Amino acid sequence: MTNIKTDREPLFRIVKRDNIARGKAWGIRIGAVVIAILIGAVVSAILGGGSAFGTFFSGLFEGVFGTPRRILNLFQNTAILLCIALAVAPAFKMRFWNIGAEGQVLMGCLGSVVVIQYLGGQIDNFWLIIVMFLASVAFSVVWAVIPAIFKAKWRTNETLFTLMMNYVAMQLVAICIFAWVPSGSGVLGTLADGRFPLIGGQRYILNIILVAVAAVALFLYFRFSKHGYEISVVGESENTAKYVGINVKKVIIRTMVLSGVLCGLAGLLLVGGTNYSVAVDSVDNRGFTAILVAWLGKFSPPAMAFTSWLYVFIDQGAKNVATLMGMGEAFPDIITGIFFFFVIGCEFFINYKVKFRPRKKKAENPVEEVAS
Amino acid sequence: MAKPVAVQMKGISKFFGEVVANKDVDLTVYEGEILSLLGENGSGKTTLMNMLSGIYFPDEGEVVIEGEPVVIRSPRDAYRYKIGMVHQHFKLVDVFTALDNILLGEEMPRYSVKERAAELKEEAAEPRYVVDNDDAEAPVKTVRATDTKAGRAKLALRTAVLPVVKLFKKAQFNWLPRKRGQKAREIAAKYGFDIDLNKKIYDMSVSEKQTVEIIKVLYRGADILILDEPTAVLTPQETEKLFDVLRNMREDGKSIIIITHKLNEVMEISDRVAVLRKGEFIGAVNTSETSIPQLTEMMVGRKTDLNIHRGDPVGCEERLTVEGLSFTDHEGVQKLKDVSFTARSGEILGIAGIAGSGQRELLETIAGLLRPSKGTIVYHDPATGKDENLVKKSPAKIRELGVRLSFVPEDRLGMGLVGSMDIIDNMMLRSYKRGIPVKIDKKHTVNVPLILDRKRPRQLAERIIQELEVVTPSTHTPVRRLSGGNIQKVLVGREIAAAPTVFMAAYPVRGLDINSSYTIYNLLNEQKEKGVAVIYVGEDLDVLIELCDRIMVICAGKVTGIVDGRTTDKETIGLMMTDSLSSENSEEVAND
Repeated sequence: MTNIKTDREPLFRIVKRDNIARGKAWGIRIGAVVIAILIGAVVSAILGGGSAFGTFFSGLFEGVFGTPRRILNLFQNTAILLCIALAVAPAFKMRFWNIGAEGQVLMGCLGSVVVIQYLGGQIDNFWLIIVMFLASVAFSVVWAVIPAIFKAKWRTNETLFTLMMNYVAMQLVAICIFAWVPSGSGVLGTLADGRFPLIGGQRYILNIILVAVAAVALFLYFRFSKHGYEISVVGESENTAKYVGINVKKVIIRTMVLSGVLCGLAGLLLVGGTNYSVAVDSVDNRGFTAILVAWLGKFSPPAMAFTSWLYVFIDQGAKNVATLMGMGEAFPDIITGIFFFFVIGCEFFINYKVKFRPRKKKAENPVEEVAS
Repeated sequence: MAKPVAVQMKGISKFFGEVVANKDVDLTVYEGEILSLLGENGSGKTTLMNMLSGIYFPDEGEVVIEGEPVVIRSPRDAYRYKIGMVHQHFKLVDVFTALDNILLGEEMPRYSVKERAAELKEEAAEPRYVVDNDDAEAPVKTVRATDTKAGRAKLALRTAVLPVVKLFKKAQFNWLPRKRGQKAREIAAKYGFDIDLNKKIYDMSVSEKQTVEIIKVLYRGADILILDEPTAVLTPQETEKLFDVLRNMREDGKSIIIITHKLNEVMEISDRVAVLRKGEFIGAVNTSETSIPQLTEMMVGRKTDLNIHRGDPVGCEERLTVEGLSFTDHEGVQKLKDVSFTARSGEILGIAGIAGSGQRELLETIAGLLRPSKGTIVYHDPATGKDENLVKKSPAKIRELGVRLSFVPEDRLGMGLVGSMDIIDNMMLRSYKRGIPVKIDKKHTVNVPLILDRKRPRQLAERIIQELEVVTPSTHTPVRRLSGGNIQKVLVGREIAAAPTVFMAAYPVRGLDINSSYTIYNLLNEQKEKGVAVIYVGEDLDVLIELCDRIMVICAGKVTGIVDGRTTDKETIGLMMTDSLSSENSEEVAND
């Protein structure tokens, strides 16, 4: 006679982990990345035939490290993505769900291009870049601070608000391009003025340096400044903040201004250091990707630098694989999708552990079990 | 004991991560008894009962009912074994009537078309009669209903309509007739519950809500009732009523388990007491054969002095005068009605009242977190002798005025501390605005703004950990990870370190173990001796009477009286809590 009832104990249970060792957590994360790449290889083998399995790995690394130019591209793309991630981090740390980085950066781009359009060639390039910076920052700050003011004063929902502002920014850019390029092609060609100086004969170096400086500055800001401390307190508990005398409204607005400044910087880098132009899709969804990157990096600038590097690595490598194997444009999206799925999913296993039902040796001698 | 066993828990263990909530607990409950499950906060009482009622599943051990090990995986399973639990936080739908809350979630009697069809088939296949001719030659013949065509057709038809029958039964079950709930009313009458079942939950007092929860559990057929801290929210009079009902249920043969940490009640109501300490089962004793000191020792693990040493008030200057204070929250509910009182230095002013009577709003209004609609709060500064009106000033502004007000809020992690930050950063909440001190020369230091100073908060954190015996792995542990008592010590320590002249504490011992509670009481008494005006909002009336010099009772946002802590008694305060005495004669009754 077996006791059927006890078998009804759940097969597995999910138990919250109290405290996980750092090494173990990173082990899980690295494991997730490895699995993601392996699955990516399997998917490409399914799509492109058996030989694609090996091609995937070689293509991935070649696409990133194959030529010095590709390596430089890797760091340049990382820098832009990191810059936007740095911009969203303070707001998210404050639990202000700003999903409008896309529009804020685009407005920064527009600011720079407006300056080039009307001042280009008339003043020294150095001063032109300074004015571009100021204009980019001003445009982005306006875009970032409007939802912040509404949130602080009338408690509007910042998520919807910032999302909507993205579309308004896109339309504004479209209108400006239409005004500047009356021919109707809708594309603003590259501009000759306002380009960043080359360093060591290479483009992008200045971008990378500027973002690195911003990352260090933000790290120090979070760690050692009163403002950074206030952001954490407001994010954790608004009531605690109020009780210790923090002006919550002020902190919200101030933090979004900071966010805007960094978005403006990203816009400037896109125009002055990368594209030399602006288009509706200049930001290329990086305003949203950056949110993921910031979350994965837990809003810590060094960790965010790593996660943005990892994302760009996968993305750029997958693009190369797609070209090599003629897979089409959707392929890199599939690979980055798999990557995010695993990297985000693994956080579950960091916070929880799965405990299986202990195996009972009842089946062998059931009579004893019941008797005892 | 000759009574039959109702339920037995054997070797039950439960772990939450590294925390051991229960370790190898053996508990036996007999039929027709009231068992108190006694233990300090965090000793695993509620966890143990949650395993009996299907909220948690034990990691080890088994539950035995009628000699058979059973598996309880959900509250529904628990009801199947006639176990029901009333949780500390009621789970009722506010906009429903009491009756509908009781009926809600009732299970439809099982009706399986498949099983019913099999039954019919079996029934039809049964031999109806046996044809046994006297003729010995002819075989004995069994005649069945399915032998004939008509019989088979009838069976097919009856099987075919089964789904329709089921649908009909479902419809009938889902139908809410106007005169529903006869059974619930009978239960209420039988045990002497005094309640109108057609009242909506939002119109009900806490004690009425509790009654609804109990009837709900009985309605589902529970024979074993678990009540989690049932008296925590009740006035002494309501508690008495509840106990009467519980006694009626015991007479009826039901088993009742009461989770509690109040020793007086244990002695009053229960037949047996089971004691848990740090998740382990210490023992079970008959109430008639034990005493409060013995139970305390079992609970705490050593002999404990449970006396609060109340000194006489010192100084007694007026420190804070509140006059005609009213507050209406954003939903338009008036939480404070014309509250007036004076807090004096060197004295503890207790505030008693049913939970949610406006205690929280009162303290938050004084602290500057809420803006009153009317009234004044005047602070008499002992240093300058000036009076400051604190109304409509933010906490930051109040601090700038030099008002040294400390506040230990009810919601420790939501208002007093930041859970994810470590002790040092939490100390910094009070001091970070000063900036970092930088020495210019030997004599002068300048506070540089914008940059954080972690040195002084670290020193403060270390001092508090040492003086208040905070148990923590390090000063860098997020406070959320600390136990309730240690969290409270960190918070109280920080607020005391601000050298307050007015110290307000809302339920500062809620969720704390006995030793931590007495540490807090002693700290409050120390503050009083230093000449601080202490305002203490408490829920345990025994403690309020022992600790406070004066006790202000509020009911629904109104002050129903201020009594002397040395001469009053629990019953008086209990009556004032429900405003059953008018405030004029409360003093007289207190002196009886």
